[in-house]
Amino acid sequence: MIRISKLMPMAAAAACLTLWLGGSPFGSGPGAYADPSLAATAPSAVTRRISEEQYRQIIADVFGTSIKVGGRFEPEIRRDGLLAVGAGQISVTPSGLEQYATMAHNIAGQVVSDEHRRTLLPCKPADARAADDACAKRFLADVGRYLFRRPLKAEELDSRVAIASSTAKALHDFYAGLSEALSTILVSPNFLFRKETVEPDPEHPGQYRLDGYSKASQLSFFLWNSVPDRELLAAAEKGDLNARDGLDRQVDRMIASPRLEAGVRAFFSDMLGFDEFSTLSKDPVIYPKFGFQVIEDAREQTLRTIVDHLLRRQGDYRDLFTTPNTFLTARLGSIYGVPVVSPDGWPDAWVPYAYPQGDPRAGILAQVSFVAIHAHPGRSSPTLRGKALRELVLCQKVPSPPPNVNFTLVNDVKNSEFKTARERLTAHRTEPTCAGCHKIMDPIGLGMENFDSDGEFRLRENGVAIDTSGELDGMKFTDPVGLDKAVHDDPATPACLVNKVYAYAAGRDPAKSEAEWMKSLGQSFAEEGYKVPALLKTIATSDELYRVGPTAMGAVDIPRAKLASGKQEEEQR
Amino acid sequence: MNTLGRFPRRRVLRGILGGAAVTVGVPFLDCFLNANGTALADTGAPLPTRFGTWFWGLGFNPGRWEPKTPGKIAALGPELAPLEPWKQKINVYSGMKVLLDGRVNTVHFTGPVALITGTVPAGQTVEAPSMDVLVSDVIGTNSRFRSLEVSCTGDPLHSQSRRSASSINPGEVSPLALYTRVFGPGFADPNAATFTPDPHVMVKRSALSAVADDRKAFVADLGAADRARMDEYFTSLRELEKQLDISLQKPAPLEACSVPAKVDQTPTGTEIETVKTNHRLFAQLLAHALACGQTRVINIAYANANSSLRRAGAYQTHHEYSHEEPVDLKLGYQPEMTSFYADITSSFADLLTALDGIREADGTLLDRTLVVASTDTGYAKLHSLDNIPLLTAGGASGRMKTGLHVAAVGDPGTRVGLTALQAMGIPVSSWGTRSMQATKAFSEVLV
Repeated sequence: MIRISKLMPMAAAAACLTLWLGGSPFGSGPGAYADPSLAATAPSAVTRRISEEQYRQIIADVFGTSIKVGGRFEPEIRRDGLLAVGAGQISVTPSGLEQYATMAHNIAGQVVSDEHRRTLLPCKPADARAADDACAKRFLADVGRYLFRRPLKAEELDSRVAIASSTAKALHDFYAGLSEALSTILVSPNFLFRKETVEPDPEHPGQYRLDGYSKASQLSFFLWNSVPDRELLAAAEKGDLNARDGLDRQVDRMIASPRLEAGVRAFFSDMLGFDEFSTLSKDPVIYPKFGFQVIEDAREQTLRTIVDHLLRRQGDYRDLFTTPNTFLTARLGSIYGVPVVSPDGWPDAWVPYAYPQGDPRAGILAQVSFVAIHAHPGRSSPTLRGKALRELVLCQKVPSPPPNVNFTLVNDVKNSEFKTARERLTAHRTEPTCAGCHKIMDPIGLGMENFDSDGEFRLRENGVAIDTSGELDGMKFTDPVGLDKAVHDDPATPACLVNKVYAYAAGRDPAKSEAEWMKSLGQSFAEEGYKVPALLKTIATSDELYRVGPTAMGAVDIPRAKLASGKQEEEQR
Repeated sequence: MNTLGRFPRRRVLRGILGGAAVTVGVPFLDCFLNANGTALADTGAPLPTRFGTWFWGLGFNPGRWEPKTPGKIAALGPELAPLEPWKQKINVYSGMKVLLDGRVNTVHFTGPVALITGTVPAGQTVEAPSMDVLVSDVIGTNSRFRSLEVSCTGDPLHSQSRRSASSINPGEVSPLALYTRVFGPGFADPNAATFTPDPHVMVKRSALSAVADDRKAFVADLGAADRARMDEYFTSLRELEKQLDISLQKPAPLEACSVPAKVDQTPTGTEIETVKTNHRLFAQLLAHALACGQTRVINIAYANANSSLRRAGAYQTHHEYSHEEPVDLKLGYQPEMTSFYADITSSFADLLTALDGIREADGTLLDRTLVVASTDTGYAKLHSLDNIPLLTAGGASGRMKTGLHVAAVGDPGTRVGLTALQAMGIPVSSWGTRSMQATKAFSEVLV
């Protein structure tokens, strides 16, 4: 494996070093990095806020699916194409924390309720109207270990037991006390944020790596979109994750687990921008079939297709863009113009479906989840679709539109001269200011014009046959089938996936110093036949995913850093 | 770092919890107000001035909104027609500009951010907090909610209120959710005859101390950027603690406060009638929240900058019309696009109706409020950053003259923000950065 430190030219390393020393009062003192030029090349650890999906998954994993999670979540922000990267740049606003606190109380209240306490609590209090510190401690230590992804420190546990006790005494209710104490775990930054803890890497003197529990979290959020399970936490505790065979064993187990599906769904929901579903709507007069249920079904259709193709069939990632296999409900069948007969007659039932060879509706780009999200509420948009394909699937950035441009010639749907989007967009591609960017979007998007804004399949627009010919980076096509093949064959397609999966796992865009590592990941992805589980394994077992740079206070000099920052905190409070 | 004072929380609360809950009977009497009705007699503190922001997308058509002459408004331009009944209570500012200093104009983003934060963003990076945050840090710290944000289009991220580069204060999208948050559990009617501190709130408040105590260990070894984000989290935590503290105290009676009727669940979305309905409900709820002392700062995102507003059955949105609809040569403007302006300004009039409909002391709530209305562009068709329309409404408790048209000639739009900040009593002599730095408020509107 290639070491990052070897890739960093000395001059650049020196520049980083200067900056780093300038920012830290402890950087140059005794006990600082044995070889700071090595340490400074590794990207820093990122503290990420857990996502709404993760929050829900964790509550389901720790307390079971009968605990309902309700309320408004603080919005997430997309950076470098991923919410998972944005998660390392956002905090919690006052109104957001208010909501987290309300949710925490609701969840904690359900956990200790009559209905759930028998199954979810490990003990019964001696007297339900009084405090019972031993029972409270047992419960809080147990769930706290999952929620914080590490054992609670003595002071963290003691303060929660004290809350359980004082509340139980004040309200004469052991369970109310326990609920209150559990709420404070659920609003703690230790739960809401994934903080990575760094330790010196004994195998690579002068370098740093995540500690065992942070490694376990890195793995479980990456592969399962949730907290580590008992076995993974035990492996972290024993130090197994620092040994090659120990790490391999856990990664193999996690990839074989049914929980991998949740992880794969979460990744593709992020990569494909499915957060847009929450505000997606179509004009009900123009698109009467497109309602709330279609939106729900559309998301599920694509995720089912992905899970089936990549995990069950162990398929080639590139074939996702051409696969005839999918799953439909009767509602989706009506959008796609495909008769769907549910075996039991239930309208919500999912039915496996395979399009015939050469059908333009094959592949995930033809699905409602792509063509409807990337369209206007009242009509399709070749431009938005072309842009989305470039940015989401090929990782190519399309510049923003320039100011001071007269768009009047473009897209006048009422102008009887222009029957189709192609005719309307011709003005876009002939106006020199617009043409530069539109020629990299529109010719792709025009290949998807057989799909109306709501995803309905059509051959004509305003009575005129739709011409779906176009070009993707030199690969010419005549219809959606050809476009799908061009995406399938484009080397940017797998390269983009590799980049996104790594950024998703690490919580940051790959650093410049990681270019060689990205290249080698791409090669191994190709050698493994573009199988996504293999890619996940390569990344999950790599040193790169766990190698981090120093934190501001200097990870080695912990006692001094702690002392100094503690003092500062006191002054601030 | 902002300090809210460190008091021995556990001891105080244990004390309260240890004793019986107190019931305090305090009937509301007119004698709580001083003779001219502008201050609470017991403390002598003046009734507060409130602040609001209102944001819409796509500006107005140049030449169709400005009053013809500077100074006292005789008549508003046709696109402000719905505001005609309010022309004595608003000010209109024309000729305002965003100066880029060579930074990129990311259309529908750079303009509004520059006007609301005083700083032209560097690409997508916002470099300063929004003006409402500056105001709420001064006047909002002792109310239950430092500020309340709503977004009328169904997307919480259409809010323009932000404390830092990466955190937008999200807007409530559902009037019912806002009602529940403000007037549901946790609301204490300031005019209720009795007040009983809720023991459940007391234990919640006490419990939060444990979370605050997690702080030291959590931030000890974080990098600088993460540390700043965690400071934001812990500031939010202190807000929450303070919110609970406030609900444990008997609120001072407020003559103007009446509890609004519960609202129904309404659909959300960008269809214009849906937006107008939700905005009207939000405006009423927010006016009551101000009158009942729940907050002193409100932020309303009526629409996003590249306005997604649309009419039922239409192929195009407001934004698409702005670029694609031809100018009607007879009319001199884009008719479909322009039709949205009547909806936008009539909704702004709905907000003014809600604020002016609440009598407070010797005037109305609107007289004691200052609302700054801003947008993203001058002429939407061209994404222009010249002659961007800005409005203020309300008299800021007598600190703002109203009924005036301020006609500037290419001044940085931040002059309006600076004027508003000074009217709100925020001690600033300049606001904004680089060419957007305003050092002179519009003295003609300040009292």
